[in-house]
Amino acid sequence: MINTLVQGVLLGGYYALIAAGLSFMFSVMRIINLAHGSLAVLAAYALLVLAQNFGISPFLGLLVVLPAMAALGFLLQRFVLDRALRAGPLVPILATFGLSIVIDNLLFEAFGANTRSLANAIGTLSYSSIALPGNIYVGVLAVGTFAVAVLVLGGLQLFLSFTAYGRAIRATSEDPDTAGLVGIDARLATAIASAIALATVGLAGAALGMRATFDAYAGGSQLLFAFEAAVIGGAGSVWGTLLGGIVLALAQTLGAKVSPLGFLIAGHGVFLVVLFVRIWLAGGVTPLLRRRT
Amino acid sequence: MNAQTGFRIQRWTSASRATVAVVLLLLVVAVLAPLGLGAGAMDRLTILFVYVILAAMWNALAGYAGLVSVGQQLFFGLGAYCTVKLADWGVNPFAAMLLSGVIVAAIALPLSLPMLRLRGGEFAIGMWVAAELAHLLVNLDPLVRGETGTSLLALNAFDPALRRNVIYWLALAAMTGSLGGLFLLLRSRMGAAIQAIRDNEEAAASVGVDVPSTKRLIFVLAAFGVGLAGALWLATALTFQPRAFFSVQWTAYMIFMVLVGGIGTFEGAIFGAVLFFLIETWFGATGVWYLVGLGGTALIFALLLPRGIWGAIERRTGLRLLPVGYRLDLKSSELLK
Repeated sequence: MINTLVQGVLLGGYYALIAAGLSFMFSVMRIINLAHGSLAVLAAYALLVLAQNFGISPFLGLLVVLPAMAALGFLLQRFVLDRALRAGPLVPILATFGLSIVIDNLLFEAFGANTRSLANAIGTLSYSSIALPGNIYVGVLAVGTFAVAVLVLGGLQLFLSFTAYGRAIRATSEDPDTAGLVGIDARLATAIASAIALATVGLAGAALGMRATFDAYAGGSQLLFAFEAAVIGGAGSVWGTLLGGIVLALAQTLGAKVSPLGFLIAGHGVFLVVLFVRIWLAGGVTPLLRRRT
Repeated sequence: MNAQTGFRIQRWTSASRATVAVVLLLLVVAVLAPLGLGAGAMDRLTILFVYVILAAMWNALAGYAGLVSVGQQLFFGLGAYCTVKLADWGVNPFAAMLLSGVIVAAIALPLSLPMLRLRGGEFAIGMWVAAELAHLLVNLDPLVRGETGTSLLALNAFDPALRRNVIYWLALAAMTGSLGGLFLLLRSRMGAAIQAIRDNEEAAASVGVDVPSTKRLIFVLAAFGVGLAGALWLATALTFQPRAFFSVQWTAYMIFMVLVGGIGTFEGAIFGAVLFFLIETWFGATGVWYLVGLGGTALIFALLLPRGIWGAIERRTGLRLLPVGYRLDLKSSELLK
């Protein structure tokens, strides 16, 4: 039982990692990127191609893929999100959903229906584990993912709080026009935020590919997991997102003990329960994701 | 004609009178069509009617109530599932289809309480989660046998030609009913409230529009229509596979039809459905590239032509085929002279 709980907590690290970019982008731009999961899967495929065709280890591959994802984020903001934001509140949802359909189906066209994994490319790391007292074994990879999630979430918070770019991004998210008046290039600030968000998506994609299998249409469920973790945690702070990921993962691992479908049912179920409770407590229209302050 | 001030408020124009006449004529032709059409053509037309229902319902939700849902497959799948379930319990399959629409609407009503508290993208993904959960729960029903699915065997008891005709007429009736109902709703006092919400939610609330209950009405109506569409789709496809019916692709289709046709215009959604039907007929066989094209087109329309083709036509020419709103005619006004 304790073993299950430990595995659940560690899986929560992955959800926190993939939720980090989603809630970061929302807190800065007020956009929920519906292509978030598809972009993570895209990064996983990019690492797979580098590993299979060029023999590059996924860890080295990240040196290529993370800057590429950041560049993609920059371009995404410049050509899609910026324009969508100005066109009205519904357009970003529709545009990013359209983008996710394009990405999913292009991946399917390129790689087919087979499920893939990066596990073969990382050698013993995919199964090596550490023995803890009490006959508990934890996977090195799971612990590593959890640590990366904490670093990413903490790093984002420190970046926003203590750097000039972080201040510029926060000022832009409060009020882009006023930020412009004091000499901040609002478009550049949001483009940088978008680049950072997609770099974290690249990391999440790597974690997804290493710890499990994925296919071209895996993006949708990854988006839902990220959203659920962010909402359960309240997304108000670093620790909220981490806690949200852990709660989601614990519900899933416990649900899986009941039935094979229980993994997903319990995950979605705990999300909806948290949703109902928060709405019931709050009254009125409830913003689920909060802006960082 | 207002003689003192010299402007007039129009609801009916000559274009809209002609359109309504043509629509009624088309309807008569459509009702009689089974007398002259082959089996293949009737199946295709049934599919077109389902698309029109889906587009009109998604348009009502997004275009008028400002609610972008990515989870409408929830109601589509539930409509089909309820039909299978009711037929399994011995209900006449055609009655089961109608009843399923009502059941889906009854499910949507309590669901609207939490969901309508969500905003923008949160509502969109919240609905998707609800759809996924319903998909998984339906999988647990032994009747469905997991992803293997089950068939609407009860329909086999009917003569195939009769069955095809009845499904066709049911689809026609469902489409006419949902479009007609929506049309009357939009012209009513409630319709003025709905269009006010579409244009500006805060302003509508400030002049006394009850925004939450108006949105709830549309949410439930859209659930009913989409549920009925799911039941009709099941009747043409015969097999119920949860994965196929609860697929997010249905919402992608709805978004494509409404975005390309013209979001927030009554005619635009119908136009988009017909366009989608033609595109599917010509390019559907290309499979994945077809889907890439749909997603890409939706993306481009959202960014560059957010009012869709019909919205652009309407703005440029002032053409209104169906008298949903009012027009202010200043041509004869003394004020302008």
